[in-house]
Amino acid sequence: MSIRERLSGNEATAVAMKQINPDVVAAFPITPSTEIPQYFSTFVANGEVDTEFVAVESEHSAMSATIGAEAAGARAMTATSANGLSLMWEMIYIASSLRLPIVMALVNRAVSGPLNIHNDHSDAMGVRDAGWIMLFSENNQEAYDNMLMAHRIAENKDVLLPVMICQDGFITSHSIENIQLETDEEVRKFVGQYKPEHYLLNADEPIAVGPLDVQAYLFEHKAQQAEAMRNAKKVIKKVAEDFEKWTGRKYEFFEKYKLDDAEIAIICMNSTAGTTKAVVDQLRQKGVKAGLLKLRMFRPFPTEEISEALAHLKAVAVLDKADSLNAAGGALFEDVTSAMYVNGKHVPMVNYIYGIGGRDTTEKQIESVYSDLAEIAKNGKVENPYRYLGLRRREN
Amino acid sequence: MTEINAKTPMEDLTIGGDIYCAGNAREFKTGDWRSMKPIWLEEKCKQCGLCFPVCPDNAIPVGKDLKRKDYNYDYCKGCGVCAKVCPFKAIEMKEEGVE
Amino acid sequence: MAYDMKEIVANKPSRFTEGHRMCAGCGAPVVARMIMRALKPEDHAVVANATGCMEVSSFMYPYTAWTDSFIHTAFECAGATCAGAEAAYKSLKKQGKLPEDKTTKFIAFGGDGGTYDIGLQSLSGAMERGHDMVYVCYDNGAYMNTGIQRSSATPKFADTTTSPAGKVIPGKMQARKDLTEIMVGHHIPYVAQTLAYMNFKDLYEKAEKAIYTEGPAFLNVLAPCPRGWGYPTEDLMTINKLAVETCYWPLYEVVNGKYKITYKPVKKLPVEEFLRPQKRFKHMFKPGNEWMIDEFQKEVDSRWQELLNLEEITNK
Repeated sequence: MSIRERLSGNEATAVAMKQINPDVVAAFPITPSTEIPQYFSTFVANGEVDTEFVAVESEHSAMSATIGAEAAGARAMTATSANGLSLMWEMIYIASSLRLPIVMALVNRAVSGPLNIHNDHSDAMGVRDAGWIMLFSENNQEAYDNMLMAHRIAENKDVLLPVMICQDGFITSHSIENIQLETDEEVRKFVGQYKPEHYLLNADEPIAVGPLDVQAYLFEHKAQQAEAMRNAKKVIKKVAEDFEKWTGRKYEFFEKYKLDDAEIAIICMNSTAGTTKAVVDQLRQKGVKAGLLKLRMFRPFPTEEISEALAHLKAVAVLDKADSLNAAGGALFEDVTSAMYVNGKHVPMVNYIYGIGGRDTTEKQIESVYSDLAEIAKNGKVENPYRYLGLRRREN
Repeated sequence: MTEINAKTPMEDLTIGGDIYCAGNAREFKTGDWRSMKPIWLEEKCKQCGLCFPVCPDNAIPVGKDLKRKDYNYDYCKGCGVCAKVCPFKAIEMKEEGVE
Repeated sequence: MAYDMKEIVANKPSRFTEGHRMCAGCGAPVVARMIMRALKPEDHAVVANATGCMEVSSFMYPYTAWTDSFIHTAFECAGATCAGAEAAYKSLKKQGKLPEDKTTKFIAFGGDGGTYDIGLQSLSGAMERGHDMVYVCYDNGAYMNTGIQRSSATPKFADTTTSPAGKVIPGKMQARKDLTEIMVGHHIPYVAQTLAYMNFKDLYEKAEKAIYTEGPAFLNVLAPCPRGWGYPTEDLMTINKLAVETCYWPLYEVVNGKYKITYKPVKKLPVEEFLRPQKRFKHMFKPGNEWMIDEFQKEVDSRWQELLNLEEITNK
């Protein structure tokens, strides 16, 4: 039986963590994810979990301690945002290379500088090639649900990779929404016990973790990681199917919102999808065949599936909430366009960098993207595929 | 035995570079690093024990009788620390390969 | 039981094996091996190692020289990595997920670069949080793994590849940081400074206390580097001896705030005895540079005196 509640995104994440009852949580405060360790340490202080909570002195140590704990044989978790993730960056790569199924909540925020505590996706994009599975969440419910699915994915023998559950800082992390929670017992039954095959605390089989990996081996170890990331696709699918059987809530690599019969569409991640859905509905009433592809699974990247889903469109806009500052376009745009090219699909595409540093993204702005798309669909031409949405510029 | 070497295909390498046979560095011999070779002169040795713990390479075996045995040349790198601490000149350093 | 070195070497297994790739004559393996021998044979250990000479030479895939469990993550986080493993132990033990009759101890090793410098924050955090672990700094006074660059543990005037003794600047111009005192400032149950001297009694006994004192403990162990310091490999134990007899590296421990100097030279040797055999101090012996030796001596004298005072004050 589901329980109806009203929780913020951070609270929903902390509640999911409580229900999972990990062995170790090591975390450091940083806006906007601070509430997660706050709530969680309260659960620890009140004896509601068995977790050892390590209040580390930095995010670098948060990830280092999480790695140490997970390698030791514990289920270990952490949470962070923006600069916290930047400080962890070195350890992010080490966590995945050691094949440790750590689960982390990433509450997306702009990476400095200049300093800005509000939402965009520059933190997540900075670790997109770090070998972590990355799932994005439109709202609090999805942040909670993705968290409940994370360990089953990470700890699968064919995967053994860390998982990052992303949600938008403040926009979802601090807004209270209605949410369906599952019971503690059912969550624990679904998530299951963590039984690693090899771990530091097994005195009967001492192991060594984290070698100097010279030229003869690193290439192969990296290829093993890549293989695990490919395997993750079928595991993520299977876990979502089991999750749906349990809760009735359906998750796929991406959500197609009025996409199948659409002529023009937007691709985006996290909370912007909510705004976009509202605009799609309005446009549909006016007879405009607008659609949305909301990407949930950013890593591994579902290349074939995305190219398949977009192939019939006349024009597509990719919305990137982080600028790659490469004079070419955002990271999601690059991934989507190369997916299309490699799979032999040609649809005119345009990129919008938007929402940087917490800049509000309005329905009006999204609407303007659809009207640009209608124009592109009409004449098939894309002038300047690298655009901004909501940026203040001098008019001339 | 560690059955991993520079020709092992990726499918057969341990994941993450983990090693499950702790202490297997013993399979890696470092004796060929040596340019100087310590010679233990048993007749001069008083078994005082000063050389037992100073060997960086654990190349001086000590028996249950608390007495040292001859060098384990598979690992001795020829640093000469043992010879230097010996008060009885019971360890001589000789150039490797010169009898 | 009274310390019996022969007994220990003969009967306690070496938990840091041969077949590692540290340089010939390196001062670190003897230290690591003796510290690991201080574990009870029935106890298991998790060793965390900061990136550095010891790590790259003791666990080069696919060979590990550690017979206990071992983890290396990065340069600056042996403290936090070890703390994480210790937290896992506490949690799993409490939940009954580990065998009740087995004990695991936690030991982190880091060089001076990974401890005095880049890893200081991680070490400080782990000690402050009270994890039941020992952090061992094997101090060879420079970044030896990357080719002898100065660290904050490098003694004053030493010639390193980033504090070269040049025509205008004669080596490193700053005195070394006193990390042992910084750790004393954490008010942890056990802090000691030691090295491999004589029959290793000082090193072994301090390691044993550090490992079996509940809560965080710190050992600062001088571990000479023949290549970085510029002395013949066979002189390891001579250099160690001179470091102690000149009071350059005093042997002492601080237990719950009380200082105890564990070795007081009968006749303190002039520090130039320690400096002269090492090429990194060669320029100090050039005519006209006597002031450098004087200054070095003054620094050693004042730190030694300070230590004598602390011993007196804290034992009143």
